[in-house]
Amino acid sequence: MTRMKPGETQAAVVRILYFARLRETLGRAEEELVLPEDVRDVGSLLAFLRNRGGAWSEELAPARPVRAAVNQDMSDAQATIKGGDEIAFFPPVTGG
Amino acid sequence: MAVRVQTADFDVGAEIARLRAGDARIGAVASFIGVVRDLNDGDAVSELTLEHYPGMTEKALEEIVAQARSRWDIYDALVVHRVGTLKPTDQIVLVITTSAHRGEAFKACEFLMDYLKTGAPFWKREQTPAGSRWVDARESDDAAARRWS
Repeated sequence: MTRMKPGETQAAVVRILYFARLRETLGRAEEELVLPEDVRDVGSLLAFLRNRGGAWSEELAPARPVRAAVNQDMSDAQATIKGGDEIAFFPPVTGG
Repeated sequence: MAVRVQTADFDVGAEIARLRAGDARIGAVASFIGVVRDLNDGDAVSELTLEHYPGMTEKALEEIVAQARSRWDIYDALVVHRVGTLKPTDQIVLVITTSAHRGEAFKACEFLMDYLKTGAPFWKREQTPAGSRWVDARESDDAAARRWS
């Protein structure tokens, strides 16, 4: 890890996982993302991803039943996120 | 260990024997086994594939077991959930609870199943004559889980 100079902030990187239908339609199981400045919670991260367009805007549309987890806990749109977090998006669960 | 996620089948008799293991306080053992059906939403199902979120699934199941333990007077509980590809008649999920009396054992067992269906990250994909499709979550499962809150 590189040493930071005083006043320098390290880029906040999160790991994002996609499961089930989302993994298939978005074409990826996971990615690492440098958090944009204005993305501080699950809702704003979803809005950021939606802006990629195409399948992203369709699958993550506000009307779609997308569930989220932050660090493996079910979370809502208000849940805050920070560098190092593991965030997952998936459809409503259907186990049992 | 109170929860297991595995591809292998399970033997309910062996699991119950292990959970009881000479514990003479136990007066009641309740168990539930979920099985793959050959019909869903009016279509023939030839195969079911279960996906999960390794790490979070186990964590969510452990939290659900902890909730059951705090709500009912049970001695022990076990949840075994299979993942991977299954066929009709295959076992999918097993829940066992032990208690002094049947009421607590039954209720905790049913609670565990209801909460597992809405709170543990598993997803089913089924193979039908028209192709394969993701199984949609059911409102009736959400309603079943809400009964306990």
